[in-house]
Amino acid sequence: MKAAAFDYVRPETLGQALHILSERGDGARILAGGQSLAPALNLRLAMPEVLVDINGLEELRFIAASDDVLRLGALTRHVDLARSEEIAHRCPLLSRAAAQIAHPAIRHRGTLGGSLAQADPAAELPACALALDAVIVASSSGGERRIAARDFFLGLYQTALRPDEVLTSVEISGLSADRIYGFAKLARRQGDFAIIGLALAARRSGRGLVDLRLAFFGVADRPMLAVRAAAALEGKPDATQSMREARAALQADLNPVSDLHASAAMRLHLAGVLLERVLAETLEPLR
Amino acid sequence: MKKRVRMIVNGDPVEAEVAPRQHLADFLRETLGLTGTHIGCEHGICGACSVRLDGAVIRGCLIFAVQADGARVETIEGVSDSGEIADLQAAFAARNALQCGYCTPGMLLTAQELLMQSAAPDREAIREYLSGNYCRCTGYQAIIDAVEATAKARREAKQ
Repeated sequence: MKAAAFDYVRPETLGQALHILSERGDGARILAGGQSLAPALNLRLAMPEVLVDINGLEELRFIAASDDVLRLGALTRHVDLARSEEIAHRCPLLSRAAAQIAHPAIRHRGTLGGSLAQADPAAELPACALALDAVIVASSSGGERRIAARDFFLGLYQTALRPDEVLTSVEISGLSADRIYGFAKLARRQGDFAIIGLALAARRSGRGLVDLRLAFFGVADRPMLAVRAAAALEGKPDATQSMREARAALQADLNPVSDLHASAAMRLHLAGVLLERVLAETLEPLR
Repeated sequence: MKKRVRMIVNGDPVEAEVAPRQHLADFLRETLGLTGTHIGCEHGICGACSVRLDGAVIRGCLIFAVQADGARVETIEGVSDSGEIADLQAAFAARNALQCGYCTPGMLLTAQELLMQSAAPDREAIREYLSGNYCRCTGYQAIIDAVEATAKARREAKQ
């Protein structure tokens, strides 16, 4: 299939991009990595009047760390997340998750901001943003907004972004030395979207975990925090002992969808399997 | 409305007017006649349209030609003519790692990228790196054999 005709602009500054968005309104789509948008265009699932290509906005391409905060420009590509030593050191959850997105050719183009703005419920990075309690920064000609990840994902491909806003960066704070992470996803083939996946972020406390956040993806219309399961494991000196309770809690936390890839019951079962697996792997270095 | 683009394709400067909706793979094939880049699914799944953009292998169907303005593009023709992958191509032929040949340009470019990053990838790493390139003749074992053999030969040549 070929994309329907559209106009194309490539602004050189964020100010220019915001001006175009405010003028063109709903007819404009922002083009970042294009690894979800271009298929949608080719399949004519999306038919915008104009693509606003933001790849020329160098101001959106940075990885900046200070004290316990990591700031990532929206145009940080998956390959950069996976390879950055700064990210591997500060927030290895992102390195691990990015390395499991699709295939190398997709990772060369796909961007952090694009993945969050696309809000695919089975995607890796939205779940990471939720697990990390990240702040998503958006700009419009009216100014800048800071949106917590938990308030950002509203539903299937739906976010809190307005049509006149550009997602410019992501901020992750509280990256102290006691932070610990886990990540796993299940897919039938390497590189597919997840049937189900889990991003875990916590702090070490003795042999247990505190401030535990469990973000599942591929279970609902958006990434979901399993708060009851996390509470069952929070602060337990040996969290594996509380696993039965935590797995039972998942039934209240998650209300999985059935689709071609897995039934709701299978997803709920796999959520428990992943939780057990990821937790064991995360706790292993603390033993 | 058409846009003027300039890029370097296989070392040669190219200038053309393109419709924004034309993806890079179609531009290479239809405007430049470089038909080694194949069109498979046109939504980023199959990898037949793999080309290098500024040195990295990407999906030619998931980027519009207009976006490649100012970029350096390399196709299978360029990488083949330069001799860069002559040994990999010979290994593919020797091991019958191509049947219909439709996926082969993408397989070669992706495999070469892996071999440039990693001198001794194991079979699992080769499978993982090639996971986004589909062979519908399902000749994967021979393809992995050929990539593994090329890696070994290149290591031995260096010693």
